[in-house]
Amino acid sequence: MADVRPLLRSELLPPKPPARRHMISIADLEREDVERLLALARTFARSLERDVKKLPTLRGRTVVNLFFEASTRTSSSFELAAKRLSADVMSIKSSGSAVEKGESLKDTLLTIGAYDPDVVVIRHAHIGAPHLAARYTPAHVVNAGDGKHQHPTQALLDLYTLDEELGGIEGLHVAIVGDVLHSRVARSNIQALVLMGARVTLVGPPPLIPRGIEAMGCEVSYDIGDVKAADVVYVLRMQRERMLEGANYVPSLREYTAQWGVTPERIRPGQRIMHPGPMNRGVEIDPAVADAADSLVERQVRSGLVVRMAVLYDLLTQGPVEVKVAEIEEVA
Amino acid sequence: MLFGKNGRQDSLTFEGVRVVDPTQGIDETLTVTVERGLIVSVETAAGGNGKVLAPAFVDPHVHLRTPGREDEEDLGSGTRAAAAGGYCAILAMPNTEPVVDSAAVLGALIERAQAEAEVPIGFLAAITKAQQGGELTEMVELAERGAAGFTDDGRPVVAPGLLRRALQYTAAANRPIAVHCEEPTLSRGGHAHEGLVSAELGFGGYPSVAESVMVERDLALAAYEERPLHLLHLSARESVDALRRARAAGVHATGEATPHHLCLTEDAVRSLDPNVKMNPPLRADKDRAALIEALRDGTIEAVATDHAPHARYEKEVPFEEAPFGVTGLETAFSALHTQLVEPGVLPLATLLERMSAGPARIYGLEPPTIKVGAPANLVLIDLEAAWHVDEGSFKSKSANSWLLGTKLHGRVLRTVAAGKLVYSA
Repeated sequence: MADVRPLLRSELLPPKPPARRHMISIADLEREDVERLLALARTFARSLERDVKKLPTLRGRTVVNLFFEASTRTSSSFELAAKRLSADVMSIKSSGSAVEKGESLKDTLLTIGAYDPDVVVIRHAHIGAPHLAARYTPAHVVNAGDGKHQHPTQALLDLYTLDEELGGIEGLHVAIVGDVLHSRVARSNIQALVLMGARVTLVGPPPLIPRGIEAMGCEVSYDIGDVKAADVVYVLRMQRERMLEGANYVPSLREYTAQWGVTPERIRPGQRIMHPGPMNRGVEIDPAVADAADSLVERQVRSGLVVRMAVLYDLLTQGPVEVKVAEIEEVA
Repeated sequence: MLFGKNGRQDSLTFEGVRVVDPTQGIDETLTVTVERGLIVSVETAAGGNGKVLAPAFVDPHVHLRTPGREDEEDLGSGTRAAAAGGYCAILAMPNTEPVVDSAAVLGALIERAQAEAEVPIGFLAAITKAQQGGELTEMVELAERGAAGFTDDGRPVVAPGLLRRALQYTAAANRPIAVHCEEPTLSRGGHAHEGLVSAELGFGGYPSVAESVMVERDLALAAYEERPLHLLHLSARESVDALRRARAAGVHATGEATPHHLCLTEDAVRSLDPNVKMNPPLRADKDRAALIEALRDGTIEAVATDHAPHARYEKEVPFEEAPFGVTGLETAFSALHTQLVEPGVLPLATLLERMSAGPARIYGLEPPTIKVGAPANLVLIDLEAAWHVDEGSFKSKSANSWLLGTKLHGRVLRTVAAGKLVYSA
């Protein structure tokens, strides 16, 4: 066999990311970045306990939300996060926009870029759309979900939720259950949890667990019984809209639910339940589990707002961030 | 079988050059004189200039996009690109609009080549009408009209019964069949090699078994029918192993590999650059190592660029929306010299052989050689010259190169094709 290792050329490696900061992938973050963002989110959480919740921090800044895929919680929380920080927000959804007239992503981005936005938040069905946004607009780009690739703010809000509720992430054992293959949430969360020192076990039907994913630092099991060993059960949505017709990832939803559905019998008392939403109740998660006292699902949604405030603030202020609530002037 | 402009026949002298001609096992300093398109003398020279003169290259796999997508490439621009890459002959694939599946379409292309092509072109015709995998084309008539071979490249021949008929029929048409090996139910939805990188990035996986299972099947059919079979753009170790086994068993099977599969792995896909998206996809380290080994030991006889020009707007999209394919005519030698020859992985003479006589043999073309009396098909190369690949450096109409922005060592200085000086740097 030819020895190929010494040939990997630095010249052919992907270009270095530009100095302008983005939030595109958890893979770009170091542990200290995550810690800084979580601390910042905690600060904002305290500020939101006041009567007047709006902060003047990003006054005069423009945030454009560009959603090419359906979204309720992500788009609304980004919009509210920007408004809480006094930024000007423009939200564009693909339905009703020029995209429906056949405009290419590049042209849409050039159009948005012409307004000189400070931040572009983008969700798109294809991997790499945020990278194009970084290329064709002058803005800081936040990935709000690109295909099956990444959803970094979801992973950050999940870390925040775990940190708040369980007092830390290091050493936690998290079982991620279900359709990992089609899940950007799973990819971002595996990276984020491993980065912060948690143990991650993926559980699901073999065709929905990508071959070779153990290389990301997680374990794989096809047995739903293995979730009982975890501290946290993170349930993924069956992403029927991303599945190829006739691909037979699972024989039927009925079989999936019977074998891998998270039901009260399959978890133990005290286990915490998470789900990125939207839930298919009765498919991947039993309603009794979703609504139980140990469920963190609603808490995750709440975390989304402060974490996204932290991300926007961090991108626009650069450098290490130490914000004391007392120093933040309130908008009367 | 090769068609180009009938042009002047040039006279020129290459004085004191390092002649590397693998067809004769020569590597020495000589002076080569060409008169009216023929090599008239090859003489010992004292003290050379170090430039390498070799038999010019033959590319067995080029997409010239003509007819139908002349905005991406036409016969003029494609052959000027070939000349700049050191090629004296190229073979064009039939997946055009319309598909080259009738003598009428082929005849029109040949006439255009005779008016526009700087470097002679051989045209492959489709195996099945419109490459739909349903009915065979009129292969004997196409061969008589000048088809260099038959392929449905870009698509597999899905039905084994149909490929068997095509193989049987080539006994009358007397031209090789070339197959694109891809089992569509295994590759479906795939944008990148199924492996570590696709798992991490979330790309639909295109597993190596989607190729090798078809390679095994097609080799079995070729063995049964005792007909020649050429395997296009191999990418997987298992495919290479199957080809090696079949050849050892006496099957008349050949294979080719592309510069990008020989130089890059799935890791390149992390850049999300649509210019590293091709079919078959870039694979794992072990696959690349197997391709290099097979090129060295001759299991794979040919380097094929699979030059696939695409309009800029088609590649300025997210990776998953981008079409498969990259250009390669103008960078093939330099890339392989930089990546394989300079680090000592592949001898220069082997690379030159696999880029010239190897592919010529597969399609029954006269291998270019540096001999008195032979037609001048020559490439002069400066191995020391370093150059940057950028958009402005291409003669091709398209710039979807996986090498944009990189620095390569070794540059083609002059190309003589069929006795005519077609490129001079």
